[in-house]
Amino acid sequence: MITVSSLLDNEWYERYRKISKLNIRSSIYDVTNRCNLRCRGCFFFSSGEHKAAKEEMDILKWERFIEKEKDRGVNLAILIGGEPTLCLDRVEAFYKRLPTFCATNGLIKVPRDRFPDMMVGISLWGDEQDEKLLRGQDCFAISSKNYEGDEYTYYLYTITPRQLGKTERIIKKIRDIGVKVHMQLLSNDESVDGFSWRDGELVDICAEMDEMLDHYPDTVISSRYYHKVITSGNMLDRDFGWLECPSVTETFDNRNPKPKRLIHFIRWASDLKTMHRCCTSETRDCTTCKDGAAYMSWVMVNKKAHIRTAEDLKNWIEVYEMFAKLYRFIPW
Amino acid sequence: MTAETTTNDIINRVAHVMIEELKLEDVTPETFDPDIDLVDEIGIDSMDLATVALVLQDEYGMRFDEDDYPKLTTIRLIAEYIKKELS
Repeated sequence: MITVSSLLDNEWYERYRKISKLNIRSSIYDVTNRCNLRCRGCFFFSSGEHKAAKEEMDILKWERFIEKEKDRGVNLAILIGGEPTLCLDRVEAFYKRLPTFCATNGLIKVPRDRFPDMMVGISLWGDEQDEKLLRGQDCFAISSKNYEGDEYTYYLYTITPRQLGKTERIIKKIRDIGVKVHMQLLSNDESVDGFSWRDGELVDICAEMDEMLDHYPDTVISSRYYHKVITSGNMLDRDFGWLECPSVTETFDNRNPKPKRLIHFIRWASDLKTMHRCCTSETRDCTTCKDGAAYMSWVMVNKKAHIRTAEDLKNWIEVYEMFAKLYRFIPW
Repeated sequence: MTAETTTNDIINRVAHVMIEELKLEDVTPETFDPDIDLVDEIGIDSMDLATVALVLQDEYGMRFDEDDYPKLTTIRLIAEYIKKELS
């Protein structure tokens, strides 16, 4: 039987031990159906999820719901929307009870006196031109002022095919305001004209992501293995898709055989009763889905499959560390 | 049957279930070290443990509390947990 310590030297084994017992149990919450932007390519609005359920307005019901989620074993609340910062009382209800991550477009500053160490991920869709094209305005110009030097903030840079060859300028802009960045990819079936990946482009963007990580290791939170898996859609000779995805809401998961998955994962709509099928839109084609969190989780839940060579296990450790940093389970 | 034999029986059975359910290779119930750290050395995660727990619960007619999973880090500890639940 192959053991972890037989594959790793002391340094890597210690890195493994720091993450091996974290037991992260996340769920995702639509905090609101409203947003102060209408971005082309945002799955929440393109698939009509903002109309899936009537938003719960009573903060006491939110507080009771979160307590139940805590009792269910959730130890990481991932807040999405709509735009969560439009409902800071709900964000605060989570933050006071659970380790919380808040996704935002960055137009409204999360007040650090109320949320001193809450991890914030700011969405970014490219350079000024693409931000205006996709989101109607250059959001970075505002979010960078709101979050400059904030140690609990990073940019979630969604790379589109139009960003090929242009990512370094973006990474430098983020570095220059003293914030970290994590790179993810736009999924093809968001059907935004001129923003669909072709095979060769995914190979090219993988190389470019590697280059950014190598050149800006203090700014980019990522791993080469993650780049390879998300761009190729393949891990250990297995293809990503419905039968492999780990981020399916538990009650919707009728797959047989059951794949390795996130334990007790649910994505809740903002009525606190309705559940969405998975961490992204259920209209999405799973075979071409590029949801970054799903890919990270796919690697993470398949730990034993990576305990076969030292290289495979180190790849797994780097992806897990990346996730743990992005959600503040370990420091940058 | 002595108390120690009973624990050893359970250890052997837990090892057997773990090998079967998790498809562990190159190990038998007899060679599976009951004190090896399942998380730090074998790479068992909470979903693996839940899979094994389901089988053991049926066999022994007891329940594992999910909150106790983090404490069940070796086959011996799992066997002792089962024994305690049965007593």
